[in-house]
Amino acid sequence: MDVSQASGLASSAVIAAIPLMLAGLGELVTEKSGVLNLGVEGMMLMGAVTGYAVAATTGHPWLGFVAAIAAGIVMALVFGFLTLTLQANQVATGLALTIFGTGFSAYIGKPFTSATLPVTVDAFPIPLLSKIPVLGQALFSLTLIGYLSFALFLVVGWFLYRSRAGLMLRSVGESPTVAHAVGFPVLTIRYGAVMFGGAMAGLGGAYYSIIYLHLWQEQLTAGRGWIALALVVFASWRPGRLMVGALLFGAVMALQFYAQAIGVPVPTQFLATLPYLATVLVLVLISRNPNLIKLNAPASLGKPFSSLA
Amino acid sequence: MNFPYQLEARPSPSRTMQLAAPLLAALLTLAGGWLIFSLIGKDAAAAMYAFFIEPLSSIDGLAELLLKASPICLIGLGLALAYRANVWNIGAEGQMLVGGVAASGVAIYFDGVTAWWVLALMMFAGVLGGMIWAAIPAFLRSRFNTSEILVSLMLTYVAPQLIIYLVSGPWRDPQGMNFPLSIMFGPSALYPLFSGDWHWTFWKGTRINASVFLTLAAIPLIWLFMRKSFAGYRMSVGGLAPMAARYAGFSERRTIWSAMLISGALAGLAGMGEVAGPIGQLQSTWSPGYGFTAIIVVFVGRLHPVGIVLSSLLMALLYLGGEAVQTSLQLPQALSGVFQGLLLFCLLGCDLFVNFRLRRRGVVAVAAKTIKPLETSTLS
Amino acid sequence: MNHQVIASPPDLAGAPSVPARLSLSGVTKQYPLVRANDNISMEVAPGEIHAVLGENGAGKSTLMKIIYGAVRPDAGEIRWNGQLLEIANPAAARKLGIGMVFQHFSLFETLTVGENIALALDDEFDLKALSARIIKVSAEYGLDIDPQRHVHSLTVGERQRVEIVRCLLQDPRLLIMDEPTSVLTPQAVRKLFTVLRRLASEGCSILYISHKLDEIQELCDTATVMRGGRVTGKVTPAQETQASLAQLMVGHALPAYVHREHTPGDILMAVKDLSVASDDPFGTSLSGVSFELRAGEVLGIAGVSGNGQAELLAALSGELPLPASAPGETITICGRPVGRLDAGQRRTQGFAFVPEERLGRGAVPAMSLADNGLLTAHREQMVQSGWIKSAVVRAFAETCIKAFDVRCGGPDALAQSLSGGNLQKFIVGREILQEPKVLVVAQPTWGVDIGAAGFIRQQLLDLAARGTAILVISEELQELFDICDRIAVVAGGRLSPVKVTRDTNSEEIGLWMAGLFPGNEVVSHAAEH
Repeated sequence: MDVSQASGLASSAVIAAIPLMLAGLGELVTEKSGVLNLGVEGMMLMGAVTGYAVAATTGHPWLGFVAAIAAGIVMALVFGFLTLTLQANQVATGLALTIFGTGFSAYIGKPFTSATLPVTVDAFPIPLLSKIPVLGQALFSLTLIGYLSFALFLVVGWFLYRSRAGLMLRSVGESPTVAHAVGFPVLTIRYGAVMFGGAMAGLGGAYYSIIYLHLWQEQLTAGRGWIALALVVFASWRPGRLMVGALLFGAVMALQFYAQAIGVPVPTQFLATLPYLATVLVLVLISRNPNLIKLNAPASLGKPFSSLA
Repeated sequence: MNFPYQLEARPSPSRTMQLAAPLLAALLTLAGGWLIFSLIGKDAAAAMYAFFIEPLSSIDGLAELLLKASPICLIGLGLALAYRANVWNIGAEGQMLVGGVAASGVAIYFDGVTAWWVLALMMFAGVLGGMIWAAIPAFLRSRFNTSEILVSLMLTYVAPQLIIYLVSGPWRDPQGMNFPLSIMFGPSALYPLFSGDWHWTFWKGTRINASVFLTLAAIPLIWLFMRKSFAGYRMSVGGLAPMAARYAGFSERRTIWSAMLISGALAGLAGMGEVAGPIGQLQSTWSPGYGFTAIIVVFVGRLHPVGIVLSSLLMALLYLGGEAVQTSLQLPQALSGVFQGLLLFCLLGCDLFVNFRLRRRGVVAVAAKTIKPLETSTLS
Repeated sequence: MNHQVIASPPDLAGAPSVPARLSLSGVTKQYPLVRANDNISMEVAPGEIHAVLGENGAGKSTLMKIIYGAVRPDAGEIRWNGQLLEIANPAAARKLGIGMVFQHFSLFETLTVGENIALALDDEFDLKALSARIIKVSAEYGLDIDPQRHVHSLTVGERQRVEIVRCLLQDPRLLIMDEPTSVLTPQAVRKLFTVLRRLASEGCSILYISHKLDEIQELCDTATVMRGGRVTGKVTPAQETQASLAQLMVGHALPAYVHREHTPGDILMAVKDLSVASDDPFGTSLSGVSFELRAGEVLGIAGVSGNGQAELLAALSGELPLPASAPGETITICGRPVGRLDAGQRRTQGFAFVPEERLGRGAVPAMSLADNGLLTAHREQMVQSGWIKSAVVRAFAETCIKAFDVRCGGPDALAQSLSGGNLQKFIVGREILQEPKVLVVAQPTWGVDIGAAGFIRQQLLDLAARGTAILVISEELQELFDICDRIAVVAGGRLSPVKVTRDTNSEEIGLWMAGLFPGNEVVSHAAEH
């Protein structure tokens, strides 16, 4: 493998990782507040189709991204309303969100299926830094959204661990009953976290359709949303680790295409299963140490909270 | 937000609402459907008719309804068992596909053989295939405590790749003009048709076959297991109160394996029913998504066999409706998915009223003084 | 039993005096099935230590939640220093100067002491300055705590100190203590009283919620007694007897127990050198626990919560498996090793167990009483060839309900619809009806009303008289002294020597609860000073 091939590989690894980073970060914040939203896949699909549709019809990809964020937030609000206000089961509602999102996105995406997006988004290479071999192309020649994704990790990390609001959010995830007794607005905080998760998932989905693949078809994200969920567990709910995990998975996906391109004698279908099998492997590795989960998982994750009880 | 009503917890779950909520949700979904059709500029009444009434208006339609409801119900019964035990098997779709693959393997291997046991062997293979695919998340959960939700789901993305590989390569029909399809299965490898093989004139010209009887038999068997067997009791306790199950000495491992294997087996059997029935061969993509629909059916049916039967019929109708409006009104088939998701949402929302009720704010029968207006003070 | 009241209570002779710090009149709160507070009136003077006395279910907690702003009353007036107002939420209460030390603590385990306190203070977020303040204030009151420590590593007594310091940092004018001594050794209780008296002398009023008559007599100036949501009396505790207080609290005299003379029989359960790591990362591991249980005897194990009780119970019941290196003889029932058996198998050997948590462990909340009987008593002919015999199941439940005075809607009533006391009676009854050889009971009367508590304790004594060996693990020292023949203490995962109850007293046991028993080196985090 020569330098340009390595650059290409590294670059596609990062690009493949970005949707996972975005969706994963959003879900991490949601789960930190104690809410388990299994609807990430559905929200990503809605973001993907909305972003694509708006970008294709208006010719402005940025409007597409804004629309995708809005779509993600709307989906998240439906989930939030059902689980936080109406006290519905979080697992069932998350599944419902995914099923609905899959169907609804297929429905409104019909007119746009399998056409290539007529507009493109430019990359913004950073002068000097982008000339570094391999890394330069991978990390410093991204689109603005790409840079934003990395920046978001710093922001979220600061928010969660250095600000009072972030401390309040973490405390709600640890024990909503105690937080309520101390006087925190538990539901408001959770709604905020869920909406952030929706916005991120929507943005990640739009990145997928607008920048990564330049097209739309049914079930475009093919399980990326679920992989993002697994990544949050793999990262032990820590943003830094999540970024690493996403980049690792991006590398797996990049390798899959690379292997196909250089003609490795393995059936393409097997290569296509690599990301999913890798997810299973990663989950097993993490679950093997039960204390790791117990110590890091937000204690109230998935449990409903009622201030009336 | 000062809503004039407020929620208060009920002393115990309301039986009336438990039964009424699914009906209420169905009505709300219909209303939602009316809204959707109106918004996209179609004649709502005609669209609703085409979607919901027309498919039922002929014997053929009825046959198709039963043919679709049967596998959904079968999978749903297995999933209900698992969910009650708090084992969240989300991979029924993958287990169904692998069951179909295993059965197809038998059909292809014994192609040309005319014997009654070919079909029986296919059923066995289907069950086995589904069980093997479910055994993976079962093993990982009981041994490593890995989430069965994510593992079983990942496997549903792996299974289709397996099928594509098989029908593009080793199992491709040599006379199939290079299409990724297997051979058409011979008569011994197919379920007997009501009209074709058993000559039941009522069902003349329809595709309905004997697999429906399997589902009918499974319903009382699963119900009995759930309600009357001690094993079923242990699984229910495991789902409702895992700490109580531990206290009682009920093995969590056994529960996980039983739940995954039974639901995998039924899903595999349903998959076999598809390839040995309406499809008649192995295709690269043949699943209408029954594995996921079954999940909705379980919730709408309240994890109860009777509810599951009724909601399977409803789901089958939603599928048929989607197909009907595709031909008559040029609407995408994906509408079925929209309705299904909508139904589940409405149900989850209506479920609130099982455990809570609305009460007018501030109305309490008390003879004492009422609260004076607000005046907080910072005096020390 | 002497203390000085430095701040004088309001002059009742008629001359206008300082208005009451807190005054409630006609406060009422209605829940769907029960009126938790019915027309409550109460006055607390500045610098007064005011007890709110009542048994479980009397409505004390609800009243405190109203004062603290967590719950809004349906009717009634609240006056603060004479001024009529409404307490909108806990933050508003804190601004007024009302501080609350919760019974079950309102701390976040995975955060540090400093972070926890920072969350409660609604102003700026400067952890460094805050840490300095914490150290200063806690030293001043003799409640030393380290702001950098994570809460999960603190003992129960230390956590209470954090709660108190958190309140002190907000300069409270009214401090509410909800059942503060249920988690303290007798010595720590003395220390707490010193702190409270000092606060009172500085003008801070104290609301002291408890059902412990002796403590109230020792500490409090006045007492409001509650029963069934109503106020049944306002008294000066020093002028009352325990009997008269009990009369106001319960409506009748406290029960006396019928003991029986017995000679301990054979050893029915023996535990030898039990050492097992906790499966909870915040738990306490056991080391070298050994004791014997004889037929007809009641052995009590005292201890402050968090010292290994949960682990001991789980190891005995089979829920916590022994390490692979431990021999099966570590635990024997009637001489037979059961260390390698799981919970279900131990029951076949004659073992029965009442856990600490009723709902969710001792019973399945969403199932009926009949189905809950099946949980552990299924060997009573309820299952045949894998199928459940409903008639037998129902009959068992009906017997249990009748024999143990369980007030409920019948065998089909859901477990979650019963009151704490009635559900506990059912669970205890279910285990007793199996006539076990060994019965282990954890916190038998926690959260249970006095009538049911007395009933349960008597049932345990009767069972012992029939030859069963009983182990009671409880945090209520008085309960253990009432019903146990022998008593020991678990502290830091180790078991003290076992003493005959008659030969010891609560002072000695209190010291032992701090880890100061013969044969045990003092482990710093178990020592309460």
